[in-house]
Amino acid sequence: MANDISFTIDGVEVAAAPGQTIIEAAEAAGIYIPRLCHKPGLEPFGGCRVCTVKSNGRPCSACTQPVAPGMVVENDTEELRALRRDLVELLFVEGNHFCMFCEKSGHCELQALAYRFGIAAPRFDYTWPARQVDMSHPDILVDHNRCILCGRCVRTSRQVDGKNVFQFVGRGHEKRLAVNAEADLGATDAAVTDAAVGACPVGALLKKRIGFATPVGRRPYDERPIGTDIETAAARKE
Amino acid sequence: MAKPRIATTSLAGCFGCHMSLLDIDDRILQVAELVDFDRSPIVDFKRITARCAIGLIEGGCCNEENVEVLRHFRKNCDVLVSVGDCATMGGIPALRNLVPLEECLREAYLEGPTVHNPERRMPDDKELPLLLDKVYCCHEVVKIDYHLPGCPPSADTIFRALVALLSGKQVDLPYGLIKFD
Ligand code: SF4
Ligand code: FES
Repeated sequence: MANDISFTIDGVEVAAAPGQTIIEAAEAAGIYIPRLCHKPGLEPFGGCRVCTVKSNGRPCSACTQPVAPGMVVENDTEELRALRRDLVELLFVEGNHFCMFCEKSGHCELQALAYRFGIAAPRFDYTWPARQVDMSHPDILVDHNRCILCGRCVRTSRQVDGKNVFQFVGRGHEKRLAVNAEADLGATDAAVTDAAVGACPVGALLKKRIGFATPVGRRPYDERPIGTDIETAAARKE
Repeated sequence: MAKPRIATTSLAGCFGCHMSLLDIDDRILQVAELVDFDRSPIVDFKRITARCAIGLIEGGCCNEENVEVLRHFRKNCDVLVSVGDCATMGGIPALRNLVPLEECLREAYLEGPTVHNPERRMPDDKELPLLLDKVYCCHEVVKIDYHLPGCPPSADTIFRALVALLSGKQVDLPYGLIKFD
């Protein structure tokens, strides 16, 4: 596919192929657009809105919006940074996120976004919702306290594993992740080797008995902000 | 000129954040040169004795006494800092927010597997501060000027914040000093 579409992100000229989304074209050009529900290879979901950019002055999600010739995209502006900070802070108060004992800490994309954005504490009141933990599966646990409803496990199970282990039920505030069985995860065909288990950006879906394997200081986001890999990959290419 | 005063307290916390404050090692001498400690577990006054420049709060509010102390700090400190995850988000004590208070007390004093309480008595001494319905982080109770997250925040984080505040600057934590664990 020829990179024959040209558009700009924050004034920088970017070349893209037809059919690419803004987030894909940006990533190929070494520009990081923050994201949570987007995972390369999965069909776009557009759920978390953390990737919100302005295209020709109108807000849209960069992970679902296809590029178009001459498009003017704003990404790293104070307005959009503030919006993304709000979204991340809301996710923190909407669930029960106890980073201090979470196995995912240091590897968690939600936490990493908070660090990158310089969030020391959310400004909103905590909601402390009642959520369940599903320990029924011998090798995998689901902690709904931490689930941010990004749908990455749902899509990975369907698209990559060729199964259909996860699905959403309920709407709005009632929406939650469910498994494809009457009872719990233990009653599904989920296996610890499923790609879906590794698709979760937070600590909601975890392999049992492997937590805290990496020492503090050597975890992915201890020193390097999330997105640095994207920003430096392009610098290396130059 | 009189030195600025610092007051510190531990509300619903574990004193881990105060340990981290001591963990700034010999830099504590630099701090001691710049400030005088007012009410603090380090000196054991019960009330703030004079207007303080900085108040450091460890822990959130789990009972009415915590709320009273926090308000006392807000009234008597120019800058109030939430230190640690318990102060900034409730922390481990806030795990009880996932269970109704009554159920929580029943489990702790009557039905827990290791409980021995033949008289089935709940804590009822008048001297005990009443528990709140849930644990609140500090900024849900009073205005907080700065947050130093972490369980506990590193000594570097605390030292950097103190130095900034004592030189009249904003606290601006670089990447690597904002940590939630
Ligand atoms: S379990 Fe994880 S991957 Fe699945 S929806 Fe929740 S946060 Fe997303
Ligand atoms: S990453 Fe685009 S909406 Fe979630």
